[in-house]
Amino acid sequence: MKVDRANPLWRFHGITPMAIVFFAYLYLPIIVLLVLSFNENRLATIWTGFSTKWYSVVLGNDDMLRAAKNSLIIALSATVIATFAATLAAMGMARGRFRGEGGVAAMLTLPLLVPEIVTAIATLLFFIVIGVKLGLISIIIAHTVFCIPFAYLPIRARLDGMDPALIEAANDLYANEWQAFKRITFPLLWPGILSGAMLSFIISLDDFVISYFVGGAGSTTLPIYIFGMIRIGITPEVNAISALMLIISIVFVSISFLIDRVRY
Amino acid sequence: MSEVVISARSVSKRFGSGTHAVHALDDVSVDIFQNEFFTMLGPSGCGKTTLLRLIGGFEQTTAGEIALEGRVLNDLPPFKRPINTVFQSYALFPHLTVRQNITFGLEMQNISRHDASKRADEMLELVRLSQFGDRQPSQLSGGQQQRIALARALAPAPKVLLLDEPLSALDLKLRKEMQIELKRLQTETGITFVFVTHDQEEALAMSDRIAVMKSGKILQIGTPRDIYETPTHRFVADFIGDSNFLQGDIKQNGAHAVLALPGGQNVSLANVETGIHLSQSATIGIRPERLILHPAGTHNTALRGKIADVVYFGTDTTYHITIDDQTALLARVQNRDGSTMAFAKGNNVDITLPAGAIRVLVD
Repeated sequence: MKVDRANPLWRFHGITPMAIVFFAYLYLPIIVLLVLSFNENRLATIWTGFSTKWYSVVLGNDDMLRAAKNSLIIALSATVIATFAATLAAMGMARGRFRGEGGVAAMLTLPLLVPEIVTAIATLLFFIVIGVKLGLISIIIAHTVFCIPFAYLPIRARLDGMDPALIEAANDLYANEWQAFKRITFPLLWPGILSGAMLSFIISLDDFVISYFVGGAGSTTLPIYIFGMIRIGITPEVNAISALMLIISIVFVSISFLIDRVRY
Repeated sequence: MSEVVISARSVSKRFGSGTHAVHALDDVSVDIFQNEFFTMLGPSGCGKTTLLRLIGGFEQTTAGEIALEGRVLNDLPPFKRPINTVFQSYALFPHLTVRQNITFGLEMQNISRHDASKRADEMLELVRLSQFGDRQPSQLSGGQQQRIALARALAPAPKVLLLDEPLSALDLKLRKEMQIELKRLQTETGITFVFVTHDQEEALAMSDRIAVMKSGKILQIGTPRDIYETPTHRFVADFIGDSNFLQGDIKQNGAHAVLALPGGQNVSLANVETGIHLSQSATIGIRPERLILHPAGTHNTALRGKIADVVYFGTDTTYHITIDDQTALLARVQNRDGSTMAFAKGNNVDITLPAGAIRVLVD
């Protein structure tokens, strides 16, 4: 690592050990989990040898696969709907000033700050009151709601970084509103849209609390399934599933991060 | 230069409403002629960009109408107006190549790919960047981006080209080059250019006519020479070039009118044609290079002043003069072969003001 001596931070000699402790705190548990997922022993915490057998056990578990399929359906649906809504919202918000703009902006991102348990209970009550049957559909609706701010933020950031004169230039050069969107706005915006979609997907895939509350019979998602397994005891199987989910999450978040760096 | 291309009639533009309303343009009327390099000049906030954006269709008039060759444009969106714009930020499409940028407007008009490509070649040739067609805009320098923005806007052969302070982002040397380039392009293409700037030198160097604007109004329209030599308003005289202003009351003195300065001396207004109303306070303007300095005591009717400072500029010398210890004047004298009388700090001088150089100004 190249050290910039001009940075006054380096005059404090405790910085290196502190950073090590900090990163260990963040990542050590995850590394332990990854390592133990390759443990051959039935008892998850006693190392007896290397094996990938728990991964094949997991991939042969029909209940687990059903839960994974539910999770994918929910995440994909919620992502598509939330990203579409977030794109429209971002374009509307970026376009011009209007009365109450600040309020609308706050309300768009408020779901990020509301305690999830509150949202979960409120959504559950709401569904019961209006008579929505609890199941995949109710989870998709609930996930769409909390995915919107995650999709909205990167799209909005992209739009804000765009010269508004570009759209005017397109209009000036005989492109109508739709042509300007298709040829200029969208090609410049898609990294933001994709990045927002990836984030939504991961957030939905990882969600436990809301899925647990508004789900019903037959709509068990992967996190709920893992929770059920853990109640019996931490098995190497749980470690393996968790490791798989971790890898998917890392891949998506990395892609989202890389896409968002695309610049012309 | 007789046919009117753009005609603005009593155009007003208000942003916002109620007490927070901003009157960006206030009852502005102007005719812009075919094949003309027309400049709207003024400080920021004078409404020049607003007028440009109204012509382009990016804003809607609050009142009045704008016509192109007699056809009222008011309700037409920008993409239905045969007018193109060079934006201040250039607004080149960053995800398209230079060539794709230039053909964009042609494609949108459903011109065949083949013809559009040919036209792009011509345009690249016109702006002398033929070998840059396949670059991305981000690979070009500021000056090159500027030329591509021009090529892109000229490619559809618009009736009018609008230019919104296109040179403001360039450094001085490049700006001078582009001034000549713009003038060349305008002459070669025969397209009417409507140019917005706050830089008076730029305006003087390129324009056929200049409209000087202030606070949403056009104060004066004329050739660069008109604007410089016969300004009508104090603001115009002050904004374009340097000017001396003398304030006083207009009085009758014998056969002709004089401007009585607060210090007691009079400036003769004999043979000054316009704007003289007796017993009124008035401002007159005179350019520093039009003052003539003489050794003290040689001219009876002249103003008597004292040299407060002398600044040597190489091609000319600027004298800072005070009259009756209260009015400051600038005089600029060209340095020729040494025959010009040189004055030193502290000298008394007689100053004559040629009648043709004196302008009675509207405040």
